[in-house]
Amino acid sequence: MKRRLSWFSVLVIFAVVIMALLAPIIAPYPQQALGEPNPAERLQPPSWKHIMGTDHMGRDIFSRIIYGSRTSLIVGISVTFLAALIGLPVGIVAGYYGGFVDTILMRVTDIFLAFPPLLLALLISSTMGKGFGNAIIALVISWWPWYARLARSQAVSTKNLAFVEAARSSGVSNVMIMLRHIFPSSIPPVVVQGTMDMGTAILEAAALSFLGLGIQPPAPDWGLMVSEGKNYFLNYWWIPTFPGLFIFLLVMSFNLLGDLVRESVDPRLRRRFF
Amino acid sequence: MPSDPAALWVGPHPTHSSIEAARERLHLNEPLYTRFFYFVRDLARGDLGVSIRTHNPVSEDIFKAFGATFELIVFAEILAVIVGIPLGVYSAVKKDSFIDNASRVLAVAGVSLPGFWMGMILQLVFFRYLGLLPLSGRVDTLMSITNPIAEKTGFYLIDTLISGNFSAMWDVFKHMILPGLTLAAYPIGLITRQVRSMMIEVLNENYIRTASAYGIKKRKIYFGYALKNSLAPAMVTLGLSFAYTLVGAFLIELIFNWPGLGRYAANSILSMDYPAIVGVTLIVAVTYVVINFIVDLIQAKIDPRIKL
Amino acid sequence: MSEELVRFEDYSLDFMTLYGRIKALKNVNFQIRKNEVFSLVGETGCGKTVTSLALLGLLPSNARPRGKIFFEQEQLTAQNVEQKRGRDIAVVFQDPMTSLNPLYTVRQQLADVLMARRQVPKKEALRSVVDILREVQMLDANRVADLYPHELSGGMKQRVMIAMALSCRPKLLIADEPTTALDVTIQKQILWLMKSLREKHGFSILFITHDMGVVAEFAHRVGVMYAGSIVEIATKRRLFKNPLHPYTVGLLNAVPNPRVGGKLRAIPGSVPSLVNPPTGCRFNERCERAFRKCFKETPPLIEVEDQHYVACHVYGGDENG
Repeated sequence: MKRRLSWFSVLVIFAVVIMALLAPIIAPYPQQALGEPNPAERLQPPSWKHIMGTDHMGRDIFSRIIYGSRTSLIVGISVTFLAALIGLPVGIVAGYYGGFVDTILMRVTDIFLAFPPLLLALLISSTMGKGFGNAIIALVISWWPWYARLARSQAVSTKNLAFVEAARSSGVSNVMIMLRHIFPSSIPPVVVQGTMDMGTAILEAAALSFLGLGIQPPAPDWGLMVSEGKNYFLNYWWIPTFPGLFIFLLVMSFNLLGDLVRESVDPRLRRRFF
Repeated sequence: MPSDPAALWVGPHPTHSSIEAARERLHLNEPLYTRFFYFVRDLARGDLGVSIRTHNPVSEDIFKAFGATFELIVFAEILAVIVGIPLGVYSAVKKDSFIDNASRVLAVAGVSLPGFWMGMILQLVFFRYLGLLPLSGRVDTLMSITNPIAEKTGFYLIDTLISGNFSAMWDVFKHMILPGLTLAAYPIGLITRQVRSMMIEVLNENYIRTASAYGIKKRKIYFGYALKNSLAPAMVTLGLSFAYTLVGAFLIELIFNWPGLGRYAANSILSMDYPAIVGVTLIVAVTYVVINFIVDLIQAKIDPRIKL
Repeated sequence: MSEELVRFEDYSLDFMTLYGRIKALKNVNFQIRKNEVFSLVGETGCGKTVTSLALLGLLPSNARPRGKIFFEQEQLTAQNVEQKRGRDIAVVFQDPMTSLNPLYTVRQQLADVLMARRQVPKKEALRSVVDILREVQMLDANRVADLYPHELSGGMKQRVMIAMALSCRPKLLIADEPTTALDVTIQKQILWLMKSLREKHGFSILFITHDMGVVAEFAHRVGVMYAGSIVEIATKRRLFKNPLHPYTVGLLNAVPNPRVGGKLRAIPGSVPSLVNPPTGCRFNERCERAFRKCFKETPPLIEVEDQHYVACHVYGGDENG
């Protein structure tokens, strides 16, 4: 059962990646995907000509979904990557130096962590203005504290290990120690967490674009497509259903994989007695 | 749409003088620190300013909206606890069984679902195609005229119950199911997973072995011992899920046209209504802090090792 | 000679794991008599704890047992052992720190056992907890009863565990390294406590340990285990005076004797893998008396002198040594 699930997730992610990479080739109506309206064929239900129907501007939904995979994947990868990029050094520095530096840095992260996750991104987005780049920045700003925390605790436990003591007493500079010793051991938990978080990042980005704070029309973004379908869905169910379905499947696949990986790695999750 | 607060305040047909008057009223001509001072002073008095969009005091608007949102959130969280905890326990006890795997998939699904999308799907199915449940809003407009609800607590379910207004209560309930269910998906997933993994960990602990070795009945072990030990982190998760649910509620309210904080906030954001935005943010932050505090209290109550 | 209480008959145990099939116990045969202290000795990982878990029916789901265990002449099955747990058989585990639920008071946990096993009504159970604590010489029993486990010292916790065991009025008490986690001074107290309680109530004790000193003081009969098999069984005196199995000899030599002095002699080599145990006697690679047969056939447990059993080819049948 577990194997079937993980295969399914891998398949979905793989399919989406292919969609993103080969979009111009696979999509039956690439120009429509990128926004060229087609008023003659507005609001058509799924048919052989348009597998997933057309939206309120006559654009082929299937093609738009294929192109939409790009923004979703880009968001997922860049948010987690950038957040880790910021969080790692902050966490390492805080954990390694401890004391005053640590306290200040941790207070800062605490402030960020005090906000409910999406709320911060919402606020930042709304003050910064709409747009894809701003959405990513907003998300990164609300995500990096988690990775800083993670990196910090790893740094704290590593810095007390013997080989770090050895390096320090032989006069290696602090910066070198951090780079050479602390940094490599702080990477794994952040990477693991990052891959598990990609699903959530995509979900939050979709929420932002649903609210109109992310990428702007006529770009083919899944969240945006759901939003555009909001006014039509009662009579034209296919418009928001397919994009949302894809968001769901992609996020779920990432989460499933993360879960399964975590379960096989964590020794505590095995039953002992009965 | 202009970003000038004064222009927004005046609304359509701005004239030069009205904009100037608005500027005066909103202290917009004064330096930033004075404005901040006014803000803090008003805040201390409980005055959050006046909404640019509705021209009502922000605190009034928020109070009305808060009840609606909060009722929805509480409904969703209760649903989450009722479903999530037993499911988590059962999963842990019958680990790797079919139910376990099924509930894990469901839990992940709950956490991965875009709330705004699921709401729409539910509306499609239950309103459009099955005609069972209402589309949106909190109460049927006709009903609110024939059987008006006496607002005491702001929680319509409770208010209708107290005043014996059962037809209205049923109506309110019908309106609450779909958004509540949609909102509950995420916390259900979260709680199920958390309870499950904590239970598994606890069931491996030595004291469970002791209880088992002394013949304590299995059901008592699971629900009496193991569950209590698992509950503390579950409470933390509950608190965290409140935060996420709060935000999720915003999206859901848009879809279901629920007259809550979410709709209010969304409209404020879209119309650049700064006092409102600030007010909402504050209320949300305060609520969040209070909830976390309550969660800490509960945790300390359950676990005698934690000292406040 | 007293009657038999427990008998392991050709009992073997495998565990199915990701790493392969762990052959944890192989042809374990021994008896525990009524009113005696039987000590099971061996180093960590030799299977002593697993043996006690098997007796209690607390093996995990990946266990594959073969053979029989008898309690009072009745073969133990998954169903009837559940009945005996906490009534006829009680256990004190090794680590008192984690054996009690941190969220419940001592009183609640002891009362739970009384209610579950002796069908005592709740109010009476809660009250009589104090009496039970007094039986195990717990000072200030009334106050201690209402404490939480983390407020007790290690010794006190173990006393509570002993109290729990005692409250069942068991016929057999399994004590799995009960003093290993405690200070030496407390060790003595706990051992003395168990001794006096046993003499007073007349139950048997299966005492699992790796400490030969404790065995010398406490046990009536001893069973030596190595890599999942019983290699020697004897009365305490006979074992110490005339150890037969090479492993037992090695064990006793490794105990420092301040009167004799001299070098400590360790047993060379290390315990074999239980996934791929060697053919024949499992001690063969480390044994200085091993010969060809030891690598081919597993030696059976045979009685060499009165009440003294060994599983070693040196003493059985033909010798090529």
